[in-house]
Amino acid sequence: MHPAFSVIFLTTLIGAAQGLFLALFTAQSYAAFKLLPQPDAHDFYGQGSVLALLLLAAGLGASFFHLGHPERAWRAASRWRTSWLSREVIVLPAFMGVVFLYGLAHWLDWHPVLTTLPGGLPVDPSAILGVAGTVLAFALFLCTAMIYACLKFLAEWHSPLTVANYILLGGASGFTLAAAFASHTAPELVGFLAGWAAILTAAGFVSRCASLYRNCRLKPKSTLRTAIGVKHPRIVQKTQGFMGGSFNTREFFHGKGVALLRSIKWFFLLAAFLLPLAMLAIGMQGGAGVLAMACLIQYLGLLAERWYFFAQANHPQNLYYQSIA
Amino acid sequence: MTQLALVIDLNVCVGCHACVTSCKEWNTSGGAGTMGDQNPYGADPTGTFFNRVQTFEVGEFPNTETVHFPKSCLHCEEPPCVPVCPTGASYKRKEDGIVLVDYDKCIGCKYCSWACPYGARELDEQQRVMKKCTLCVDRIYDMTMAPEDRKPSCVKACPTSARLFGDVHDPASEVSVAIRESGGYALMPEWGTHPANHYLPRRKTRIKIHEDELERADNPLKVDRQLPKPAMAEPTLDDVTTW
Amino acid sequence: MIGTAEDHHSNPLKIALSKFKRDGGRFISINPVRTGYSAIADEWVPIRPGTDGALLLAIIHEIIATGLYDREFLVQYSNAGQLINVDESNDEFGFFVRTEVPTEEACYEPQDKLWWDRTTDRAVVTHQPGADPFLLGEFNLPDGTPVKPAFQLLHERVKEYTPEWAAQITGIPAETIRRLAHEMGVTARDQKIELPIAWTDSWGKEHDTVTGNPVAFHAMRGLAAHSNGFQTIRAMSILMSLLGTIDRPGGFRHKAPFPRPIPPCARTPNDPRAVQPNRPLDGMALGWPSDPDDLFVNPDGSPVRIDKAFSWEYPLSVHGLMHNAITNAWRGDPYRIDTLLIFMANMAWNSTMNAVEVRKMLNDKTEDGEYKIPFLVVCDAFHSEMTAFADLILPDTTYLERHDVMSMLDRPISEFDGPVDSVRVPILPPSGDCKPFQEVLIELGTRLKLPAFVTREGARKFRDYPDFIVNWESEPGSGIGFLAGWRGKGGEKSLRGEPNPNQWEMYRKNNCVFHYELPKSYQYMRNWNKGYLEWSQRNRVTRYAEPILIHLYSEVLQRFRAAAQGKGFSRKPPESLKKRVETYFDPLPFYYDPLEAQLTDKHKYPLAAVTQRPMAMYHSWDSQNAWLRQIHTHNYLYVNARTALRQGIADGDWIWVESQWGKVKCMARHSEAVEPGTVWTWNAIGKAAGAWNLTPDANESQKGFLLNHLISEELPDGGSRISNSDPITGQAAWYDVRVRISKVGAGETATGVQNTSPQFEPMKPYPGMKTRAAILAFFGGKSK
Ligand SMILES: Nc1nc2c(c(=O)[nH]1)N[C@H]1C(S)=C(S)[C@@H](COP(=O)(O)OP(=O)(O)OC[C@H]3O[C@@H](n4cnc5c(=O)[nH]c(N)nc54)[C@H](O)[C@@H]3O)O[C@H]1N2
Ligand SMILES: Nc1nc2c(c(=O)[nH]1)N[C@H]1C(S)=C(S)[C@@H](COP(=O)(O)OP(=O)(O)OC[C@H]3O[C@@H](n4cnc5c(=O)[nH]c(N)nc54)[C@H](O)[C@@H]3O)O[C@H]1N2
Ligand code: SF4
Ligand code: SF4
Ligand code: SF4
Ligand code: SF4
Ligand code: SF4
Ligand SMILES: [Mo]
Repeated sequence: MHPAFSVIFLTTLIGAAQGLFLALFTAQSYAAFKLLPQPDAHDFYGQGSVLALLLLAAGLGASFFHLGHPERAWRAASRWRTSWLSREVIVLPAFMGVVFLYGLAHWLDWHPVLTTLPGGLPVDPSAILGVAGTVLAFALFLCTAMIYACLKFLAEWHSPLTVANYILLGGASGFTLAAAFASHTAPELVGFLAGWAAILTAAGFVSRCASLYRNCRLKPKSTLRTAIGVKHPRIVQKTQGFMGGSFNTREFFHGKGVALLRSIKWFFLLAAFLLPLAMLAIGMQGGAGVLAMACLIQYLGLLAERWYFFAQANHPQNLYYQSIA
Repeated sequence: MTQLALVIDLNVCVGCHACVTSCKEWNTSGGAGTMGDQNPYGADPTGTFFNRVQTFEVGEFPNTETVHFPKSCLHCEEPPCVPVCPTGASYKRKEDGIVLVDYDKCIGCKYCSWACPYGARELDEQQRVMKKCTLCVDRIYDMTMAPEDRKPSCVKACPTSARLFGDVHDPASEVSVAIRESGGYALMPEWGTHPANHYLPRRKTRIKIHEDELERADNPLKVDRQLPKPAMAEPTLDDVTTW
Repeated sequence: MIGTAEDHHSNPLKIALSKFKRDGGRFISINPVRTGYSAIADEWVPIRPGTDGALLLAIIHEIIATGLYDREFLVQYSNAGQLINVDESNDEFGFFVRTEVPTEEACYEPQDKLWWDRTTDRAVVTHQPGADPFLLGEFNLPDGTPVKPAFQLLHERVKEYTPEWAAQITGIPAETIRRLAHEMGVTARDQKIELPIAWTDSWGKEHDTVTGNPVAFHAMRGLAAHSNGFQTIRAMSILMSLLGTIDRPGGFRHKAPFPRPIPPCARTPNDPRAVQPNRPLDGMALGWPSDPDDLFVNPDGSPVRIDKAFSWEYPLSVHGLMHNAITNAWRGDPYRIDTLLIFMANMAWNSTMNAVEVRKMLNDKTEDGEYKIPFLVVCDAFHSEMTAFADLILPDTTYLERHDVMSMLDRPISEFDGPVDSVRVPILPPSGDCKPFQEVLIELGTRLKLPAFVTREGARKFRDYPDFIVNWESEPGSGIGFLAGWRGKGGEKSLRGEPNPNQWEMYRKNNCVFHYELPKSYQYMRNWNKGYLEWSQRNRVTRYAEPILIHLYSEVLQRFRAAAQGKGFSRKPPESLKKRVETYFDPLPFYYDPLEAQLTDKHKYPLAAVTQRPMAMYHSWDSQNAWLRQIHTHNYLYVNARTALRQGIADGDWIWVESQWGKVKCMARHSEAVEPGTVWTWNAIGKAAGAWNLTPDANESQKGFLLNHLISEELPDGGSRISNSDPITGQAAWYDVRVRISKVGAGETATGVQNTSPQFEPMKPYPGMKTRAAILAFFGGKSK
């Protein structure tokens, strides 16, 4: 597939935002159970939510560049019964709304106890919003991932690993960001967040490697034999029927050499996983600079990862568009 | 239930592209607007077409088949492009099975094109909506046209009549008979899309001549005395047999 | 189907091919390349270019050897049984022996030849009731003259042309050739078609049915565009005749005005004095010479025409030799000209051989600074490469903006069942300052007061072109005009009749086509069909109603050969051409290597290079169509994958293609559908930069190329040069060129940017030409 930057930014930005929100709420939950010190809610949760919202908005903004008719984007909410894209379009603003309210609750220090859990734990609006946000964050991960994973003839995407990757990579980048963010707003949480970020990054590494391993062993189900229905081992396209290119040659081909592809793969394995891991390990001991670097490098790595995710996907339609003459 | 479709006979398609240009001519001039071309007179011209004719070589010299292969939207019975569309712009008509795009609803997200394994959809760069073969829905029901013109433009244009049009659910239709009797098949059956369009394979006529068919009693060479005649005086059995 | 990729009636051909296949016909394509029509053939027989003659002769060999010919057909309808003088010492050697039948000086073949009758064992006049000639054998006339039937000579000719011999030349296995011969012969013999159509032959014999041997041949420029094309096509025609498939169901069918006498009656002038100022040409511009005295030559035997047509160099050049006109004019051979008018021909590009040099000639000057071709008028409808050389451009309308006729007088569109002609009527008003060239001609004719265009008093005869078409008659009151339909005052007559003022309107109402369907009994066997021939005579399609026998043995060719051998009373070729005429004017078909191949070191130039017309493009002028040019934006050289890999050429590599005459750089495309000794490309896709109002960086000029740069319009001939054409007909040998290919070296482009070579300075737009929009959003019909 041709990697579209709008979609690369969309998925990486909202993934990080979802991860960040999960990190915030994880921290809040731990703190509620007294497993962590309570940070400054206004700064950490409030500003954190703002940060998440900014990322979500940036992602959403990027996504508009993908559309031919952004002014009709509202229509995209109508087919939630069948379309993961439609579901994403619904879940994303819902999630944004919840993040907004969650942030607002913290920002305004609005913590009326609504009820008390059996363990004696007080439940305030931010907790309810946090749970709702968590559900929506996961739903959004699922929607985003399923947009790709549901396309069964895009074998590289059609796998539970795609869902796992979206969750883990979004989570990892969000937790790394949270750690970097916490080094300014809640230094007491840095270790915890960086730890989880490292765990998620490591898990993401394992799951992404698993998908790379899987993808390189895929055998395309469609061949020229099935594409044109002629049973012969040697079929070669001589012409696709036009020479100056078309939507089909632009949208589904990355147009880059194998060497570049390979170097991008090594780059993202390093930048999205291995380097951030090392830097998180250092940053856990404190060190805002290292964590910021980790965050930045990991994001660049994820951009490359997402680029590669598209480029590596080999669409069966490409069988029909191989040669000009 | 009706399922309209094209059946394309690869046995007679010579790859002339008449269907390509007639399709574009009809559809660019239709109510749904133009199918734009970029760099029409410059380097790397490109534009929207609903129908493309491709060429494949099968086998190795001298046992080579050259296959001309026209391809447009196959109007799948289980069209993967439809459920993924977030806006409902992509839809399949209940009454005749035609898969269409509502250009007024389409947001140009391209997702449906990702979901089509056949590369049958093209985003029109100028109107920025997804387009594809409409089965000439604006011809086939147009009662102001003569009945013989209520056929897709490409079908009308094809000089070899390699393109048949009809209801593949009606077992008596020309297309169903052709599929049944000439080995019609669907593309990429592995995805369960059940394309309504079918293709008819190459069929070969061969002659088998047996040795004894070559020469007959009325061979003209005999008339012209070309078969050697022995001299009268040469010995014969007459000279030696006693019975 | 032999050597055909498109042909002129290309849509009817496609319709017919698909019907034929669907009706269960067996379709065999003989072609070095498998594309288009050949793609759907039941069998593809890849052949080396220029060698079809060998294949066809070997098939004839096999058909005769196995006795699979239609003896009855040959006896009745060809000259197979006619006796030929084989006494080499006699002046009449090689000519038919004749009886003393008094004949008028006329353009038909009198029935004055002899057969050797089988029953009475003596010579008799042909077609005598009850007589049946020997086709084989050698006989002596009462006066002792040794004679042989034409068929015997053919038999002797093809003796050595065995399938094994042909296999080496054509690359087609001998067993395939044998099988093809057997398939043809057995099908013709055993699958006879019999139609219940009664007819009467020229000798008065009545037939209850029409029978046919269903084997048909269709050949085009794959045969004709080689310098041995004439003899190859002759071999094919003889094969068709042997199989008995001439104008019979399932075989080759005539289209009106054919059949005509062999050769047809029209003659060109045969004397330079026929060309006089202020006088119409005394003869036809094009025609069919039938003996040396018909040639258009000076007393010393040199050519009269600028293209040297109808001279000893190309005696039977019925189409002229357009491809040599510019070179001849430039060289001043046979003379200099002051004005060259080019109409609807892109002779600075794709319809010229040696385009690079011809472009120089068009601009070349003599020592005194005058252009060698001083004044060049180009009538074109588009911004073609040719217009760049014009002193004066006459912008023509396109066919959508003018009246046109496809007349019975010049290659009508007739059908098998009878004459058909057609017209075009304008559907758009002319744009800009365009004027139909027809109108220009009428205007010129009138102002020059040419007799056809003015009355005796010198007054204008025709208002305009439509008026001319309706009212012109071949001679006053002849009733023969350009259009055959709706003649007579009220349109009640066909073929012949007084001019009808409403003729255009009547054509328009009838879809612009006139179709005269012959009665069924006149639709077949027309060479010998009494009813048809008399119908044709009555309607003045032909002057005579004599039967038209097929020439297995061509006395016409023998006449030229005899002249070259110094025999007979007619004109003799100049010394330098004697050998050439004697060799090629063989009355029986024979095989020879194409002329260019004879002059080429085949180890140095091992490959034959040919072109094909792409179905989606018409020669040079479809690249101005934004949709079509997306289909063929540029072209590649197709090379058999093994041939390419042997040279280290990968699919898509840039390569040099060199002939003895030139060099082009282009991209290679591997293919399994091309004979390994052949390379090919689409015709006329490559363009000169800036032409056709394309941007100078358009792919057509930067990635496309023209094979014509490699083809020479002349071949060395002793000390001088001679056209690269068939020595009999002057047909251009477009497909004879031999090339070699090599990979473009890494360091061969300074910039690293590859484009095709040669490149020319970009053509500039003319005043008033608009730059075209970056987006084309065409909307046909009326937009609301
Ligand atoms: N679309 C389209 N149609 C056209 C035209 C056009 O430009 N475009 N031009 C029109 C004109 S002017 C003409 S003259 C006709 C020409 O019509 P065709 O005669 O069909 O000409 P080409 O398309 O050049 O095809 C020639 C074929 O001969 C084959 N060939 C070459 N050498 C040999 C050989 O030695 N032996 C055999 N057996 N085959 C050989 C080539 O591979 C090719 O397939 O087409 C007419 N129709
Ligand atoms: N290498 C190679 N060369 C070939 C051949 C080949 O097979 N191979 N084939 C040869 C053959 S058979 C032919 S017929 C020639 C064809 O070659 P050309 O005769 O040159 O044919 P075109 O390129 O179609 O067009 C000639 C010119 O006519 C102009 N034109 C188009 N319509 C009109 C009109 O209505 N009025 C006027 N006045 N001009 C118009 C076009 O703009 C163009 O400049 O090419 C020959 N050249
Ligand atoms: S061919 Fe493609 S676009 Fe057409 S219905 Fe099937 S999946 Fe959809
Ligand atoms: S591009 Fe248009 S038709 Fe396709 S999925 Fe998006 S909205 Fe639907
Ligand atoms: S059916 Fe109509 S829209 Fe579809 S390919 Fe044919 S002409 Fe084009
Ligand atoms: S018009 Fe007919 S013959 Fe021509 S390419 Fe299309 S399907 Fe094939
Ligand atoms: S070019 Fe025109 S006239 Fe010639 S076959 Fe094609 S459609 Fe018919
Ligand atoms: Mo031609």
